Amino acid sequence: MNKGDLILKLRGVSKQFGAVTALQDIELDVHAGEVVALVGDNGAGKSTLIKVLAGVHQPTAGTIEWCGQPVSLDSPGTALELGIATVFQDLALCENLDVVSNLFLGHEIDPWALDEVQMEVRAWTLLQELAARIPSVREPIASLSGGQRQTVAIARSLLLDPKIIMLDEPTAALGVAQTAEVLNLIERVRDRGHGVILISHNMEDVRAVADRIVVLRLGQNNGVFTNETSHQELVAAITGAAENSVSKRMARKQEEASA
Amino acid sequence: MSDASQRLDRADSRVRHDEGIAGALRALIDRVRSGDLGMLPVIVGLIVISVVFSTLNPVFLAPNNLVNLLFDAAAIGLISLGVVCVLLLGEIDLSIGSMSGLSSALVGVLWVNTGVPVALAILGAVLAGMVVGLIYGFLRNKFEMPSFVATLSGLLALLGLQLYLLGSTGSINLPYTSALVKFGQILIMPDWLSYLAAILPGVLMVFFGLKTMARRRAANLSSAGRSVLFAKAGLLTAGLLFCVYYLNLGRGVPWMFGVFTLFVIALDYALRRTKWGRSMFAVGGNAEAARRSGISVQKIRLSAFALCSSLAALGGVFAASRLASASQQAGTGDVNLNAIAAAVIGGTSLFGGRGSAWSALLGVIVIQAISNGLTLLNLSSSLRYMITGAVLAIAVIVDSLARRSRARHGRA
Ligand SMILES: Nc1ncnc2c1ncn2[C@@H]1O[C@H](COP(=O)(O)OP(=O)(O)OP(=O)(O)O)[C@@H](O)[C@H]1O
Ligand SMILES: [Mg+2]
Repeated sequence: MNKGDLILKLRGVSKQFGAVTALQDIELDVHAGEVVALVGDNGAGKSTLIKVLAGVHQPTAGTIEWCGQPVSLDSPGTALELGIATVFQDLALCENLDVVSNLFLGHEIDPWALDEVQMEVRAWTLLQELAARIPSVREPIASLSGGQRQTVAIARSLLLDPKIIMLDEPTAALGVAQTAEVLNLIERVRDRGHGVILISHNMEDVRAVADRIVVLRLGQNNGVFTNETSHQELVAAITGAAENSVSKRMARKQEEASA
Repeated sequence: MSDASQRLDRADSRVRHDEGIAGALRALIDRVRSGDLGMLPVIVGLIVISVVFSTLNPVFLAPNNLVNLLFDAAAIGLISLGVVCVLLLGEIDLSIGSMSGLSSALVGVLWVNTGVPVALAILGAVLAGMVVGLIYGFLRNKFEMPSFVATLSGLLALLGLQLYLLGSTGSINLPYTSALVKFGQILIMPDWLSYLAAILPGVLMVFFGLKTMARRRAANLSSAGRSVLFAKAGLLTAGLLFCVYYLNLGRGVPWMFGVFTLFVIALDYALRRTKWGRSMFAVGGNAEAARRSGISVQKIRLSAFALCSSLAALGGVFAASRLASASQQAGTGDVNLNAIAAAVIGGTSLFGGRGSAWSALLGVIVIQAISNGLTLLNLSSSLRYMITGAVLAIAVIVDSLARRSRARHGRA
């Protein structure tokens, strides 16, 4: 896989939940060695799109191509096997299991006689890469803080050395150092020639790492931008109008300042 | 890298690292306080039961009475072992009693009436159990049918089949001279073998413990320390030796109970040390998270229900060999509830994701001790039912309270 090769290609992907159309005619390309940011307002369909790619939801229409071959992502197992790893917005961890078990869930070393020592060593190495502050990997997930859990979920997505990693608001609960580490990590993964899809509401983070910014609005594509695009333009695309609550607020602040 | 604070898992200064025996005790007390009760309720329960019943009737603690108790415990214990599997997923099987009754009827009809070799008859009964379990799993997977409802209808259907098989006679006597009946009534381990069986766990514990310790040290991880390992193994061996010695004052250790224990050990290994077991706990804790990790939740469910019904069938065979008959009463009455109560009393949660194979063994001893003690007092079955019902209620209350406490202490 060379840098710049098309890994993932979506055309006309739609997803219907009963009467709700969560996604309609979505187009998305992800290349090797590229960070694609997926932005949009609450309920725009970002998480739904990620879940379709993770095999959690089946699309109602559309085609997905993986390295040029049409594929059907009919279960999370299929997606993981292809090399699509996901950090879900709700993390999807098992609270009753400890950190090591969660990291290796579904991919344990030595299925007939679990190799706990090797798994624990690998767990510590992964967590150190993320500058994680986790006191013990033998405590159940239930006793970890929100940010620690997020770090565990991110570490888990790296375990299988995926071709594409999708992060759904990975830094929402993270501290300053941990957020910086995740951004570093995203760049490292990209430099290794893998693709990254990043969902975030933090435009600074998005601009810092994204090569392309894909905007979703009400379940539809609403333009593709780069990190040179102005803030106003992005906000306009996200909210769907040049005249929007963000621009009105800015104008009001400016008026107040000049008055 | 010999300094303990340099170890991979000892880098965080906020964690208190419990070293040695005192440390292990302190960690244990912390766990119990936060609602992780483990075997504590069982031990307390057994002490209370022994004190109460032996003051009311000294025969209760006589070696031969305890030998009988173990004979009686094996069948329900096997059924309860299956219940542990479905409870771990947060499911339930209410038809285990009927399944065990049906399986004893199958063995009676196939072996005694039709002349099929006994081993094949038993195999047939267990396979029938497996098929029934697969049907429950299928109903749960395909139609999202709650296992509560599916197995409740199974309870009636299987009971009907049992009555149909036994027909007008109502019961089939198993030949007294057969190995199967001897197994259920008189077969006792030789003394030397029972002592060996008491020593072996401690020896294996030390052997594998030292091996793991060396591996952890080589991988730069901390380990609990030799003193803790030796203390645990020593306590275990002393306890087991005393039990075996005491039982050997009477008739000795029943083979039936020994075989049951082997099943417990096998399931314990499967649950704790294999990928399948890890997946069971994951599905019980958060099925959607397990699915997203690539685990086939449906296959895990099928395996759990199949295992539960198969073990219930084998338990039915044990019960038939104990009673030397396959009757219409087999598997009815309090069998269902006793098996479920045993698993819960032993510490397997009704809410899924927590428990162990050993809970079946410990719980069934508690249940059987109560029923044995009440029988010695010549209490009628009406009272026995009421008391067993109350014990189940208490076990569920303890389970719920412990769960709440764990939630408050931030542990799942
Ligand atoms: N399982 C579901 N059943 C029904 N509707 C759903 C389901 N999942 C999502 N939706 C709907 O699809 C739409 C898109 O939701 P989605 O979670 O993808 O939004 P999002 O862009 O991730 O928002 P946020 O920024 O708040 O995370 C919403 O209107 C939501 O109500
Ligand atoms: Mg979302």
